Amino acid sequence: MEAFLHQVLAGLATGGIYASLALALVMIYQATHLVNFAQGEMAMFATYFAWSLINAGMPYWPAFLLTVVFAFVLGVVIERIIIRPVENAPVLAVVVVFIALLVILNSVTGWIFTYTIKVFPSPFPAEPIFGRYITSHGGGAIGVTLVVLLLLYLFFRFTPLGLAMRAAAQNPASARLVGIRVGWMLALGWGLAAAVGGVAGMMVAPIVYLDPNMMGGVLLYAFAAALVGGIDNPAGAVFGGFLVGVLENLLGAFVIGNELKLAVALVLIIGVLVVRPSGFFGKVFVTRV
Amino acid sequence: MSRRQLILLALLLLAACALPFLVSNYRTFQFTLALVYAIALLGLNMLTGYNGQISLGHGAFYAIGAYTAAILMDQYGVPYWATLPAAAVVCLVAGFLFGLPALRLQGLYLALATFALGVSLPALLKYHHLEKWTGGVQGIVIDKPEPPFGLPINADQWLYFFVLAVTVLMFVLAWNLLRGRMGRAMVAIRDHHIAAEAMGIDAAMVKSLTFGVSAMYTGIAGALGAIAIQYVAPDSFNFFLSIVFLVGIVVGGLASISGAIYGALFIQFVPNIADEISRAAPWAIFGIFLLGFVYLMPMGVASAVRLALVLARAQGAK
Amino acid sequence: MKLVPIAALLAVALASPAALAQKKYDPGADDKSIKIGNTNPYSGPASAYGTIGKAIGAYWKMVNEQGGVNGRMIEWISYDDGYSPPKTVEMARKLVEQDQVLLLFQTLGTPPNTAIHKYMNSKKVPQAFVATGATKWNDARNFPWTMGWQPNYQTEGRIYAEHILKNNPKAKIGVLYQNDDYGKDYLKGFRDGLGDRAASMIVKEVSYEVTDPTVDSQMVQLQASSADTFFNITTPKFAAQAIRKAYDTGWKPMHYLNNVSSSIGSVLKPAGLEKSAGLISTQYLKDPTDSQWANDPAVKAWAAFMKKYYPDGSLIQTENMYGYTVAQTLHQVLKQAGDNLTRANIMKQAASLKDFRPDTMLPGIRINTGGNDFAPIESEQLIRFSGERWERFGPIIGK
Repeated sequence: MEAFLHQVLAGLATGGIYASLALALVMIYQATHLVNFAQGEMAMFATYFAWSLINAGMPYWPAFLLTVVFAFVLGVVIERIIIRPVENAPVLAVVVVFIALLVILNSVTGWIFTYTIKVFPSPFPAEPIFGRYITSHGGGAIGVTLVVLLLLYLFFRFTPLGLAMRAAAQNPASARLVGIRVGWMLALGWGLAAAVGGVAGMMVAPIVYLDPNMMGGVLLYAFAAALVGGIDNPAGAVFGGFLVGVLENLLGAFVIGNELKLAVALVLIIGVLVVRPSGFFGKVFVTRV
Repeated sequence: MSRRQLILLALLLLAACALPFLVSNYRTFQFTLALVYAIALLGLNMLTGYNGQISLGHGAFYAIGAYTAAILMDQYGVPYWATLPAAAVVCLVAGFLFGLPALRLQGLYLALATFALGVSLPALLKYHHLEKWTGGVQGIVIDKPEPPFGLPINADQWLYFFVLAVTVLMFVLAWNLLRGRMGRAMVAIRDHHIAAEAMGIDAAMVKSLTFGVSAMYTGIAGALGAIAIQYVAPDSFNFFLSIVFLVGIVVGGLASISGAIYGALFIQFVPNIADEISRAAPWAIFGIFLLGFVYLMPMGVASAVRLALVLARAQGAK
Repeated sequence: MKLVPIAALLAVALASPAALAQKKYDPGADDKSIKIGNTNPYSGPASAYGTIGKAIGAYWKMVNEQGGVNGRMIEWISYDDGYSPPKTVEMARKLVEQDQVLLLFQTLGTPPNTAIHKYMNSKKVPQAFVATGATKWNDARNFPWTMGWQPNYQTEGRIYAEHILKNNPKAKIGVLYQNDDYGKDYLKGFRDGLGDRAASMIVKEVSYEVTDPTVDSQMVQLQASSADTFFNITTPKFAAQAIRKAYDTGWKPMHYLNNVSSSIGSVLKPAGLEKSAGLISTQYLKDPTDSQWANDPAVKAWAAFMKKYYPDGSLIQTENMYGYTVAQTLHQVLKQAGDNLTRANIMKQAASLKDFRPDTMLPGIRINTGGNDFAPIESEQLIRFSGERWERFGPIIGK
């Protein structure tokens, strides 16, 4: 029983990692209806920026805030310069642009910072304060993810800018008619998603250690998590992340062994999607002919 | 097809046959690999370009074809050419069976399902209960085919011609298929699913069959690839391979047969070129090439070529 | 009168060295240069190891600046294969057939090397000192053109097994291993070392994939089992995670760590030095991040080399020490080959290393090859981490 509980808690901790990146994925999807495969690498790149600041002597929280701003600007710049030229291209062409972004960011980071793993500090205390089955950082990271989720919810629901962004994503034509600058809303959406990704990266790095391939494995899980929660639902993405983390751990420890746990977890998720095609919390869309 | 197009194709074929005698063995080997990728990309293009179903896991069918060939050759002594029909059948069935349930999913969800396949297959190949057949992480080494009947060419050249012959056959079959009823049904489903069904097309069957045929093509390519490289291991078939295939068909041109060839040349040679340009960050250069191709030719090289030909003809007519 | 015989004697004496020291070349070598080929994973999930290729390249730069080898400059041609066997095949063919290198050196990874194993031997081009610890490279009879270098993984696994049998025969063992050739090779050696007691002593075996973000779940599984001894077969990033997680969950087994991840700077420090106390491993090289070697002339020479020729390289990654040391080995082989730079002679000299000891190896460890012995390093030293440095204990194991 204790082992079971321990695995669940460990699963929640890794699930928190998946949830935070899944949140960023969903945010981009909400704004653009595209899944950004380069989200993980953007988060990783922002984390390296934070690492450079901290390495140069800056204390943690100022570096954290500066990195969030950097990530936001990076997102906006990428949208304006790299994504804008292909906004009318076929969907798959845009996907390939994301892939190009992914390899470029990964390769450039490796070139600048080398592939040696680096230690990234955690703002949370070293002693386990939530009991010995979950580190303070693991619990803290989950907390940060939930706080970010809450802030996003408040932003989109109760601010005029949030409303404008939602309008631009749902119905660009009508939004333009009421004077919303749709292009800039898109860029802002990217910026916000990149900022969320940056936070995710800084929460993940103390656990998995910082290296250019840090987010590669996480992206796969985050993608599955985002889909199972309903690709257009941020809270669903977070739920999906925790679900995937716990499921994977339980399968690996008690059911199928570690070699096939990812495969089986994915099969189960697909099974769910076959029964409920919009995921757990997604909206069901009715298409008119 | 016009007479002019037929003449062009004949010339192309002639050039392809002359190639191994004009360049080194190493280059011939590289072109053999490019041909193998062309078959794989044609398979994926049928599914994604013509039928609108995205697949992030076609590397898995490539792997299944490769392992089928390797296991047959290594454990059962099957001659290399006989492994092709076997790989074809295995992948046709596998693709069809995968397509059936995957039908319920559309767009992103289908992407996830195929992605799960692409990610899970290497894990399965390493699974210790299957090690007896798959060789586990050590993989399987196979022998190089020798030229038959004592022909005066070396093994690399023979392999090239063998692969070329298979490629031509597969391309002709695909062209026939896509031109006919099946092809039109595939495109109709891609463009307007509901209208196609309303017109009496059995969308479920067509989509599953397309999956099967697409998997078959990629599986045959995998078998040829295994024979060319003479080695299969789980590391050769990771998720990145599926991404490379996707990149190939987009760069080459969706819904285009010639696109498969352009795409294959891109994914075979551009990484090498990028490596020569920058030893420090070659994949960054590759990414930049990719961006360039997509910005300049968002519909792929094939459509850019088509456009250029049309413009040239218009100029000529003036 | 005596002048003619003397002149004749002189003429013979002067002509003889020229006749004896005939220069013999295979493709890739000539009067001015020697071309050496290599593939390394400079991209992809194994890219952390790409620093080895860079360190070796820097070593040849240093050699060239000091006059080359027997007056010839080394041309180092290294291609990225991303740890993907098909790519390795392509690059190896390019090196042999297009670049016409004399030999391939330190190609990295077991699957990549397996993919080119038959090709290299059929082409009769040396596949020298491959960068993998698999056991199959020591097969002089069937594959006379391939040779390993580092102590192989199975031997190391056996060393730990023997230590456990001797010191704690009632141990209950848990194993964490990377699910690939490297992890499985270690595990095999370990199990072989335990013999028929393996099944009863090993109570839990868990694996992980290189693409897994963490091994926390696996560590929890091990802690929940009744294991009091832990064999940790992980690469640096995961080793650090495992050491830390074991400590954090209060699990204090007898902890054996594989040599690949024994670096203080890149594994133990990130994990936490106090959390790594008591770890047992083996070593054959001097760990440059270990303070006991801070004033060692060989390590200082290495650090100076890194600063001058490979300034981007990390001084805490032991792979850079590894690359420097294995390059010295080939340097010795090339020196021994003199003007006879045929591929056959390269292999002959590689198989004629007698008590060769690069100064960055631990005292007592030496390189020996000969006849059918294609395993250069077969001895290792057991070490225990004190919380600050690795302390050698026990005799040198192996030959």
